[in-house]
Amino acid sequence: MRRSLLFIPANRPGMMQNAEVFEADGIIFDLEDSVALNEKDAARTLLKHFLATFKFDFEVVIRINPIDHVNGLLDLETIISPAVDAIMLPKADPAMVRKLGELLEGFERARGIRKTIKIIPLIELAKSVLQMEEIAGLPRVDGMMLGAEDLSSDMEMERTKTGNEIFYPRARLAYIARAFGIDAIDTPFTDVLDEDGLCADARRAKGLGLTGKAAIHPNQIRYINEIFSPSKAQIEWALKVIAAAKEHSGAFSLDGKMIDTPIIARCEKILEKGRKWKLL
Amino acid sequence: MKIGIAGSLESSDCLVRAEESDKLEIQIESSVFEFFGNQIRKVVLDTLEDQGIKTIKIHVNDKGALDYTIRSRLLTAIERMKRS
Amino acid sequence: MKNALGRYVPEGFKPFVGSKDYLNHSRTTEKVIYSENKGNKLLRSISEAFDALGITDSMTLSFHHHLRNGDLVMNLVCDEIRKRGLKDITIAASSIFPNHRVLIDCIENGNVTNIYTSYFNGGAAKAVSEGKLKGLLYMDTHGGRSRAIESGDIKIDVAFIAVPASDAQGNGNGYSGPSACGSLGYAIPDMLYAKKKVVVTDNLVDEVAKPVIQAPYIDYVVVVDKIGDASGIESGTTRITRDPVGLKIAEKTAALLDELGLLEDGFAMQTGAGGTTLAVTKFIRDIMLKKNIKARFASGGITRYHAEMLAEGLIEKIYDVQCFDLGGVKSIASNPNHIEISAFQYGNPYEDAIVNHLDFVILGATEIDLNFNVNVTTATTGLIMGGSGGHSDTANGAKVTVVVSPLMKSRLPIIRPEITTVTTPGEDVDVFVTERGIAINPRRTDLLEKLQGSRLKIVPIEELYKLSLGYTGVPESKPRNGRIIGVVRYRDQTVIDTLYQM
Repeated sequence: MRRSLLFIPANRPGMMQNAEVFEADGIIFDLEDSVALNEKDAARTLLKHFLATFKFDFEVVIRINPIDHVNGLLDLETIISPAVDAIMLPKADPAMVRKLGELLEGFERARGIRKTIKIIPLIELAKSVLQMEEIAGLPRVDGMMLGAEDLSSDMEMERTKTGNEIFYPRARLAYIARAFGIDAIDTPFTDVLDEDGLCADARRAKGLGLTGKAAIHPNQIRYINEIFSPSKAQIEWALKVIAAAKEHSGAFSLDGKMIDTPIIARCEKILEKGRKWKLL
Repeated sequence: MKIGIAGSLESSDCLVRAEESDKLEIQIESSVFEFFGNQIRKVVLDTLEDQGIKTIKIHVNDKGALDYTIRSRLLTAIERMKRS
Repeated sequence: MKNALGRYVPEGFKPFVGSKDYLNHSRTTEKVIYSENKGNKLLRSISEAFDALGITDSMTLSFHHHLRNGDLVMNLVCDEIRKRGLKDITIAASSIFPNHRVLIDCIENGNVTNIYTSYFNGGAAKAVSEGKLKGLLYMDTHGGRSRAIESGDIKIDVAFIAVPASDAQGNGNGYSGPSACGSLGYAIPDMLYAKKKVVVTDNLVDEVAKPVIQAPYIDYVVVVDKIGDASGIESGTTRITRDPVGLKIAEKTAALLDELGLLEDGFAMQTGAGGTTLAVTKFIRDIMLKKNIKARFASGGITRYHAEMLAEGLIEKIYDVQCFDLGGVKSIASNPNHIEISAFQYGNPYEDAIVNHLDFVILGATEIDLNFNVNVTTATTGLIMGGSGGHSDTANGAKVTVVVSPLMKSRLPIIRPEITTVTTPGEDVDVFVTERGIAINPRRTDLLEKLQGSRLKIVPIEELYKLSLGYTGVPESKPRNGRIIGVVRYRDQTVIDTLYQM
C-alpha cells in the first residue's frame, strides 16, 4: 500500500539524509539511472553505510542495476541487509524476476535476514507490458511500477504530459495488479516545475485504477499523497458506514444508499488506509 | 603513482584523495573545520585501522559530510587507488 | 557584569533586564529640529555639502538603507570622508550591506571609529569582526534605532537622506525615479532629529505629490548622477524557495498556524522576505483561499507576493516600512491600501506600534538555545553577518512568534546549548519549526494546550537538539576570548549581549 515512492540518487548524501523529511511512503534509493557508470562503486558503498547508520519510518526500496550484469550483482552483494524492504528491478521480465527472487533467498539465508525482501518490477519494455500477468504472480512481487520514459522509447512514440500514449499500459497495470492484490505504481511526472501538470497526471492515473505514483522530486510528494489518499469525505462516510454496520446484520439502508457486504469491505479498506497514513 | 579519488564538493559530501605512500599523512580541509576537524580525523584514522592500512597519503576536502559519508568516500578512494 | 540572560555586559553599559522593562521607564524625546535654510538648498555634489555644513572630525553621520545593496550614497559620503582625511567619524546607518565597500577603507584608516546599525553584512562587517574598528559597534533593532535617535542616545550631526524623487526644497518620496525604492520609513527619525539634514537625489522634480520627506526639515538638496543601482535595490532573497527542505518547513509552519487558530478572518501577520518565510506566505495563502478568509493587514518588509495578495483582496492593508523588490515599490506607489509607515510607527517600543497588533510573525535564526534565545547577528564562527532588524521588535509585539529554520545547516546544529550571540530573548520566542519537528516554548501552556492531539510532531526543544546531534555528532565549542568590539542592544538600548573579535 504505497501512495508515493520518491527516487533519490544513491550517490548524493545531502539528499539521502533528508529523504525522511518529505513524508513519502517509500524512498527508492537509486543505484541505476541516476548514478554515472564510473560512480557505481562509490554509490553502493555510500548507500550501504547510510542504511547501516540510520533507522527509518518509510519503506526502503533500492533500484539496483540489471542483474544480468556485474553491477547489479555487486549492488545486491553490497547492500542486502535487514534495512532493505524491497528491490526495484529495472527492465524487468519474468526470468529476471525469478532469478532475483532466488538471489534474495540466498542472501536472506546467508545473512540471517528474517523478513522477506519484496520485489517491485519496473515495466519499461513493450514485451514486459505483455508479460505483466506472469510477472505479477511471481513470488515476492507486491507491486509493479510503470517506467514510461523507457517504455515510450522502446515503442518509439512521443512522451507527452497528457499521457494518451501510455493509456493502455496504465490500464493494463491497474487491472492486473488489482487481480493479484498488489500495488500499481504510476510512472513519474518529469516536469518538476509544473505542479498543475503533476496533479492532472496523478488524477488521471488514479482515475484509471492505479494505486500510487513515483516522484522524482520531493516537492511532488505532497500532491501525490493527497491525490492517492482517501478524501476527508470518503473517510467520514466510511466511519459512518462501519458504525452503522455494527448495528445491523445483513444489508441495510444508510442515507438512501443500500449498504451490503462489498460496500462494507470497501469502507474497511478506506479506514485501513486512513489509519496507515494517519488521516483519521 | 597509485591514486584514487572519490566523492564530491557538494554540500554534505567530501572529496577524498588517497595516494599510495610509505608514510602516514592525513590532510583535512573542511567548511566546518573548527567544529569537526578532530572528529573527521578520527573517522579517517579509525577507517584506516579497520582496513589494516598503516601507510597512505589522504587528503579530505569536506563540505559538512557526516561520519558515514567520510568513511564511505575514503573506502571508495582506497579501492580506486588499489585498482589504478 | 552579567545581564538578566547571564550574558556579559561591559562596564558603563545598562544591562538588559527584561523584554518589557521599557514599560517601567518614561519616554523622553529630544526636540524635533527644523531647517533654518530659507534660501537656495541645491548643491551639486557631496563635497559641496561637506563644505556647506562644515563636516569635521568626530561628527556622527547617518543613512537609511532603503536602497539596500544598491545604495551608492554611503559610498559617496565615505569616499569624501576618506578624501578629506577626516577622523573619528561615527556612522549611524540603519543597515550596512556588502555593497558598502568604501566603508572598509574608512574603518581600516581610522576615518570611521564607531558604527551604529541594525543589520550588518559584507566586507565591512567582516572587517569589524576582525577587530579593525578602533571604537565600538552598537547594534540596535529597527524600532530601537528610532528610540535611540528620538531620545538623544544617538546624536546625529548630519543625516544624508537618499530620496529617489525630490523637489528643490527637499520634499520627496521613494515611489518614482530611476532609483525608486518604495517606503522611506527608516529615514524618518533622522529627518526629524538630526541637527542637519541633506537630501541626496538623482531625480530632481518640480513637485512631489505625497512627500514623506518634508522640506521644513531639510537643509540641503544634493543632486548626483546616481543614488542607487536598481539591480542591487532588489535583494536576491525575495523569491519563494524551491529548496525541498525549506518548502517542508513552510508547509508545516502554515499548518501549525492554522491549528493554533491564527488563520481566521481578520488576522494580522508579518512574514518577512526570506526564501522560506515567503514560502510560508504562499502556504498561508492556500489556506486563506480554502477557508475564504481575509487578513486585516500584513506588515514589515514587503515583496511583490504581499502586493499581489493585497491586489487580490486577500489582504486588506499593507503597512510598509521597507520594500524588498520592485513589485512592492510599484504597489506602494499606486495602491492606496499599501501604506507607508515610519520606523516609529513600525516598532518604537513607546508607540502603539504596528508590531503590537500582529497575531503572528515568522522569523529566521542562525542559532537558538534551549531557552529559545535566538541569534540572528553572528554566524557560529563569530562573524557578524546580520542583526536584529525588526526581529526583536516583532518578537516582542506579536501574539505568537514563530522562528523557522532547518535543524542543521551543513553539519552544524542550529540548536546550541549556548549560542554565540543573543539577539532576541527567549521570553519573546514561542515556537521553533524545523523540518524534523516543532518545539513550543514551555512558557506558552496556552499553545501547548491547543496542540493536544495534533498530528504535527511537537516535541521539547531538548529532543530536537538530541536528534540533531544524532546526525552531526557534538561540535567542538570554541571559547570566546576575543577582544570586545561592540554590543548588541535591545529595543530600549540596554545591552542584551556583547560582540567579540573573531
